[in-house]
Amino acid sequence: MDEFGIGAPLPRLEDVRFITGRGRYTDDIPMSGLAFMEVVRSPYASARIKGFDISAAQAAPGVLLVLTGEDARAEGFGGYTSKMRKTNRQGEPNFEPPFRILEAERVRFVGDPVAIVVATSAEAARDGADLVLVDYEELPAISDIKAALAKGAPLVWDEVPNNECVFVELGDRKATAAAFAQAAHVAKGEFAISRVAHASIEPRVGIGLYDPVEDRYTLHAAVQAPHTTRNEIATRIFRIPENKLRVISPDVGGAFGGKGYSHPELALVLWAARKCDRPVKWVCTRSEAFLADFQARDNLAQVELALDANGKFLGVKVKNVLNLGAYLTNAGLQCGFHHVGSICGVYTNRNVDWEVSAVFTNTTPIIAMRGAGRPETTFMIERIIDIAAAEMSIDPAELRRRNLIPTAAIPYDTGFVHTYDSGDFEKGFDTAMRMADWAGFPERRARSQARGKLRGIGMAYAIESAAGVRDETAEIRFDTSGAVTIVVGTHSHGQSHETTFRQVVASMLGIAPKDMRMIYGDTDLTPFGRGTGASRSMTVAGSALVCAAERIIARGKQIAAHMLEVEESDIAFDAGVFTTRATNRSVDLAGIARFAHDFRQMPAHLGVGFAERVAFVSDGINFPNGCHVCEVEIDPATGETSIVGYWLSEDVGVVINPLVVKGQAVGGIAQGIGQALCEKIVFDGESAQLLTGSFMDYCMPRAKDLPAIEIKSQEVPAPNNPLGVKGAGESALVGALPAVINAICDALRPLGVKHIEMPATPARIWEAIEQARRAKAA
Amino acid sequence: MTSVSMRVNGADVRADVEDRTLLVHFLREHLRLTGTHVGCDTSQCGACTIHLNGEAVKSCTMFAAQADGDEIVTIEGVGEPGRLHSMQAAFQQHHALQCGFCTPGMIMAGIDILRRHKSPDEETIREELEGNLCRCTGYVNIVKAIKAAAES
Repeated sequence: MDEFGIGAPLPRLEDVRFITGRGRYTDDIPMSGLAFMEVVRSPYASARIKGFDISAAQAAPGVLLVLTGEDARAEGFGGYTSKMRKTNRQGEPNFEPPFRILEAERVRFVGDPVAIVVATSAEAARDGADLVLVDYEELPAISDIKAALAKGAPLVWDEVPNNECVFVELGDRKATAAAFAQAAHVAKGEFAISRVAHASIEPRVGIGLYDPVEDRYTLHAAVQAPHTTRNEIATRIFRIPENKLRVISPDVGGAFGGKGYSHPELALVLWAARKCDRPVKWVCTRSEAFLADFQARDNLAQVELALDANGKFLGVKVKNVLNLGAYLTNAGLQCGFHHVGSICGVYTNRNVDWEVSAVFTNTTPIIAMRGAGRPETTFMIERIIDIAAAEMSIDPAELRRRNLIPTAAIPYDTGFVHTYDSGDFEKGFDTAMRMADWAGFPERRARSQARGKLRGIGMAYAIESAAGVRDETAEIRFDTSGAVTIVVGTHSHGQSHETTFRQVVASMLGIAPKDMRMIYGDTDLTPFGRGTGASRSMTVAGSALVCAAERIIARGKQIAAHMLEVEESDIAFDAGVFTTRATNRSVDLAGIARFAHDFRQMPAHLGVGFAERVAFVSDGINFPNGCHVCEVEIDPATGETSIVGYWLSEDVGVVINPLVVKGQAVGGIAQGIGQALCEKIVFDGESAQLLTGSFMDYCMPRAKDLPAIEIKSQEVPAPNNPLGVKGAGESALVGALPAVINAICDALRPLGVKHIEMPATPARIWEAIEQARRAKAA
Repeated sequence: MTSVSMRVNGADVRADVEDRTLLVHFLREHLRLTGTHVGCDTSQCGACTIHLNGEAVKSCTMFAAQADGDEIVTIEGVGEPGRLHSMQAAFQQHHALQCGFCTPGMIMAGIDILRRHKSPDEETIREELEGNLCRCTGYVNIVKAIKAAAES
C-alpha cells in the first residue's frame, strides 16, 4: 500500500469536484421556496436603543417577516456562553455578559445585530432592512485596551467597573524574582499584537429549515464543528433537546477558527424559518463580515527576559492584556490562557511570572484563530530573545543555541505548564541554520548594502501544544457487498481529510483510498464529534480510525477462522487478506464482509455485521515545533520589505501526506506573514467605528507579497497516539510572526531602530527610519 | 426587468433579469452554475473570475445586462471529471488548493495568464495573480501549478 498509504504524497481525492466547479458549498444548495434574510446592525459602537419602527419595512415589497430584539426577548431565547470561566482582580468569578442573538436595549459594537428582515429575494430583504428604523441614543465608546483601562473610561458593561473582566496570575512570582535578582542583563520589550480577521474567502453562510410536523430544525451552514454548533444553538439559544436540530456542514471555503462556533445569524435563520414557514438563507457580504465576524488576537504584552553573563536564560516575566471585544464568545477567553506554556519555548528557562488581564471594549468580539494564543506567546519569547541578543551583542541564533533543551533531556518538564514528550530541537535548529545558510548572511547583507538596501535575518523556534480536545469517534463499516465507508465527527475545509484519513485506513486495511467512501459534516449521519480545530483532527480522529481498523482486523480474524476452519491464532492478516498458514487458504476483507452479513452462516456468538465504531481518547496533547528563518531586504527610500528567503525545519511527527503537510505549513506561514507585514483590523479611536471594512482597506497578502518557502520535515513521532502524528495545521503560523519581525528589526538595527510593531508596513518602517535618523542627528 | 441573451459554456441562454442583477448572480442563480463564487463585494478577491469573450473578467464587476450578446465560459465549461483541462490537472497535481473556494477563479485567471504569456516566470505569474486572493495556500503551489500547466 506504499503507493497511497501513510507517507505517500498522494494528490487529493477531493480535488476533482473543486477544480471542475462541482464543489457543494452552502450557498450552492438548491432549495425551493427559499426566503432570504438580511440583518439590521448597529451603526454605533455604543448606544441605547429607545425604540424600533418596523412598519415601513413590513410594508415593503417582498418582505415576509421583520423581527427585532424585542421579539427575540419575548421568545425567551438564551445566549452564548464562554467555555472558560476565570476570576476578576477581586478573585470573584468573572462577569459573563448576556450574549443574545438580537439586542433590544443596548448595542455594544458597530455591527451588533438588532433586527432581521426576511423577504422573497435577497434584494428585497436588503431594501427592507434599509427601512427598519431604530431610535438610538449614542453613548461614548472605547476600542483599544489603553482607553478601556484609563481612569473614567466609558463602561462597556455597567457590571464591570473598569472594563477588566479577568485578572489572573500564573507561574511562580517568588522564584522568578529571585532569578531576576541574579541576572547580568534584563531585556525589556512592549509588544502590541495586532487584531486580524480570519477572512476565509467563503463568507459565513447559513440556511435554516423548520419541520412543524417533527418540530425539528435543520441548519445547512459553513461550520467547522457541526455538533458544537448544534449543541450551542439547541441547548443555549433555543433550549431544546439536541435531537431537535440537525446541522449539515457541506464543503466549507476556509475557516481558520472563524467558523468554529456559532454566530447569532445561524440561530436567526432557524428562528426565521419557523416564523415564516419557509427555508431561510443568509449569506454574509464581505463588508458585513468585517463588522460582524468575530475577530482575533489583539493584545498587549510587556515582556522581560533575565539572562546571566553568558546569555543563559534565568527567567521571564509577562504582563499580557487581552482585548475581548464587546462580548465573551465561546473561545475568546481561551486565547489568553490555553497557550501560555509556549512562553518557555524550546529553552531551558524554568522561571515564569505571568499576569494576564482581559478587558471589554466596544469592538467586534474576539474568538480563536489559527494558533489561538500560541502565535502571541511565541512572539513574546522569540522577539525578546532577539532584543536581548542585540543588547548583549550575541548572535541571536547563537543565543538560542546556548539555551536549547538538549535532545538527551527529552522528556523535559519546562516547570511551567508543559512537559515536552518528544522533539529534537538541536537537529531542528541545525537543519534550519543549514537550509538558510545562516553563516553566509553577512556576505549577503554586504551585497544588499552595496545596492543601497538593508538586509536582515530573523529566527524563531516555535513550539506549540496541539490536539487539546482529546476525544473523537470514528467508524469503519463494510456494506453487504464488501465496500467500505468511513465516518468521522471532524470536518474538512481545506485540511485534506478526505485524502489523508483514507491513507490511514489504506495503510491499515490494504484498501485503495478511491474505493472508500467518507462521511462527515452531518450531525444525523456521524457519531458525536468535536469538529476541526486546534490541529486535532489527525491526532484524534486519525487515531480513532486506527483503533477501528484494529478492531476490524480482530473481528475479521475471528470470522476468517470460522470460515477457514482453523484456530484464530492460525490466521494472519496482511494487505487486506486473511490467510492461514496451516492450509494456505485465504479470504479478503470483502469476503469477510459478505459472510458477516449472512445470518444463516454466521455463528451466533459472533453476531452479524462488519462495522466498528471507536471513541478514542488520547493520553495528552502533542508538541509540534519548528525552527523558522526569514530573510528580508528593505528599501530605505520607501520602507518596502521584500521577503527574500523563508525556511522552516519542522517536526509535526509522522507525516501522513507530505504534499498536504507542506501545504498546511506554507499556508500557515502566509497568514503569519500577512499579520506581520500588512493585515490589521483598525477601529477609530474616538468613535470605535471600523476603518478596515473591506479588502480595499484590510490588506490581505497577495501572490506577489509572498515568497517561495522551503520546508523540511523531520519526523519525531509523538509517543501518545498510535499514528505518532503531531498537529500540522497551526504550527507553522505560530513561528512566522516573530521570524518576520525579527528579520525586519535586524535589517533596521544598524540605523538605530530597536523594534517595529506589526504590521510592518512601508509607512511604518519609513517613519521608524526617519525617526532614527533624526535622533542620531540630534 | 431586462431581457438578456448570451452564450454560456457553448449553450445559448436567454432570461429576464432585474436591472441590478450582477453577472455572477445571473450565472449562479439563474443558470445554477455555482462553480463561480462570491468572496467579496468590492471586486478584490477574484473568486468570481470567468472568461468573457475569451478574457478573464470578474463577474461581480458587471451587470448581467452588460454581457448581453457575449460569449462566456465558466469553470464548468473548462473541463470535467475525466476530461480535465491541463490547468485543472496541474492544480490537483501540485496541491494548489485546500478549501477550494478561490480555486475556480484561480484556474480561470491561470488560463488567462497563459493566453497572454507563453512561458511566464514565477515573478510574472505572481504579478498577474494580483486580482485573486487565496487564504489557504500561501500561493506557492498555485504559482507552481500555473508554471507546470505552461510547460505541459
